[in-house]
Amino acid sequence: MNRHADRAAPFIADDARMHWHDKAVWHVRSNRDRAVASVPEWESLRDIAAQVKAHTMSRLADYLETFESNALRLGAQVHWAADAAEHNDIVLSILEQRSVQRLVKSKSMLTEECHLNHFLEGHGIEVVDTDLGERIVQLAKETPSHIVLPAIHKKKEEIGTLFHHFLKTEAGASDPKYLTEAARGHLREKFLAADVGLTGVNFAIAETGGFVVCTNEGNADLGTSLPRVHIASMGVEKLIPRAADLGVFLRLLARSATGQPITSFTSHFHGPRPGTELHVIIVDNGRSGILASQAHRRALSCIRCGACMNTCPVFRRTGGHSYDATVPGPIGSVLAPAGDATRHASLPFASSLCGSCSDVCPVKIDLHHQLFLWRQELASRKLTPLSKRLASHVGSLVLQRPWLYGALGWLTRWFGRWLPRAMLYPAFNAWGRQRELPPMPAESFRAQLRRRRG
Amino acid sequence: MASRTRILSALRAAGAPAVPLPELPTGGQRFEDPPAQFAQSLAGVGGRCERLPSMAAVRTAVAGLPTVLQAFKIASLVPEVHPGNVALQQIEDPHALADVDVAILRGEFAVAENGAVWVPGAALGRRQALPFITQHLVLVVEPMDVVHTLHEAYGRLRFEGPGFGVFISGPSKTADIEQSLVIGAHGARSAVVFLVG
Repeated sequence: MNRHADRAAPFIADDARMHWHDKAVWHVRSNRDRAVASVPEWESLRDIAAQVKAHTMSRLADYLETFESNALRLGAQVHWAADAAEHNDIVLSILEQRSVQRLVKSKSMLTEECHLNHFLEGHGIEVVDTDLGERIVQLAKETPSHIVLPAIHKKKEEIGTLFHHFLKTEAGASDPKYLTEAARGHLREKFLAADVGLTGVNFAIAETGGFVVCTNEGNADLGTSLPRVHIASMGVEKLIPRAADLGVFLRLLARSATGQPITSFTSHFHGPRPGTELHVIIVDNGRSGILASQAHRRALSCIRCGACMNTCPVFRRTGGHSYDATVPGPIGSVLAPAGDATRHASLPFASSLCGSCSDVCPVKIDLHHQLFLWRQELASRKLTPLSKRLASHVGSLVLQRPWLYGALGWLTRWFGRWLPRAMLYPAFNAWGRQRELPPMPAESFRAQLRRRRG
Repeated sequence: MASRTRILSALRAAGAPAVPLPELPTGGQRFEDPPAQFAQSLAGVGGRCERLPSMAAVRTAVAGLPTVLQAFKIASLVPEVHPGNVALQQIEDPHALADVDVAILRGEFAVAENGAVWVPGAALGRRQALPFITQHLVLVVEPMDVVHTLHEAYGRLRFEGPGFGVFISGPSKTADIEQSLVIGAHGARSAVVFLVG
């Protein structure tokens, strides 16, 4: 069972909770709208951002080389990883060469994609996620359900129970302020004890060899300003050509993500802090394949703001975990099948193709169109269920023949009224599982049109 | 290094069509009174801004801050405002900063649109942890220097050698538990910015 609809079923079964999740995520979308409305040149910023990314992608190898040579000049060490396994091996070898055991991490979806935590723990390393949401899901032995709000699927009472168990907070306590304070105390100890800090990278700047990390909590900064080794993991697509491009991307990022004008901390790292080491790991893990795909290369422009998730009617009502992918929601449904089309074949169908994702995307990825392209590709590769392919085939036959369409319409109008439910809502009628057919009209649309024109 | 070659040649072979690098906006939106807009933006993200005519006035204001009155350890890199009682120059290991209650630092300039202050790392040196590990943060921008947007900000920032720098916009915060905004996640629990002049 690896279909989005099947995995979403238990989430949807709890109606009250589904609506609670929907409302929580929509709240973030509303905040985004308010922030966006305050920037008169918003649309032109989106255009520029999309073009900067498209340009960067067209010369990505050159820019990576420029970035590398500048980063080396600043004193950083640069590593290249073709896939997740190589990335994890590089991290482990850095830790082992320095005989260190404790790693603090700030949020990095790339390390989630590489399953780094699990790998390092298997080698006896203590890995502590320090973003509060990520720490919550780590303690719960889950994965983030949202790329910006990792624990948005969890209720405060559940977090209270989790913290009572692990952090010895009072039983039954669920006040977010109290729980956050407890996590602050717990994680301060971890920051102070860490040997190595690992961060993701929001933007890597080719012309300077530096990179930028954005957080609200300040965890990336505490995690890198105390230990003597900083590891920064970045996908090849994180590059931008110029430092001045940050003016565009940082104006877009936080407003799109949470409706803030900028994150609380926007840290610019150029080379290691005096007396310490900085390692930058540049990771491909399937990205060069996406770049080679004419249909899907635009998806590499994603800056991971999560706006497409917050606006998506399917994401809001099914939760991030039903996608079974590191990145859920519309962008995840475009990226995941590029990695493993068989496993993620249902994701491009977890969309109403309403296009809201494309409207909010700060870098103008044509997400709903990409999802539509994936549907065609998956069907032609026979990766969609037989029932879906059969239905499309029948639909195509009927819609190409107006006489057949008319005849079937007549039959349905007359017999639809008298047919027993069992025949109208058979097991294969997925549409009818949560919906009722409208009352059958007396005449067809075409008949009505003829009469009114008449 | 085999992977380096492999990745770069795969990216070169990908055949993404050439797209020109666009010109960037230099200004963007303008505000009638940038310092007032800065104060409003900062208040919106949980911080507080005070505009004062002189460093002497800042000294008086800082001395009266409740966070300063209650502090045991004050680390100051702005001696004109507060002498501090942590010998920062002698600190080699940043872990020694763990119990700092208030840090008083200079910001280079402020950004009206988002309440951010640029804090260059040069003055911090090995004590880069200071703005993040402190319980409360006081930033002094003197002389008052407020740009409208980030476009202007990056128009003046230069990243030529090794170094650290950070835009700080208000205190540390999180909304990871049921979207409830909590100020003081890991970093500073409060942030006050003084614009001087």
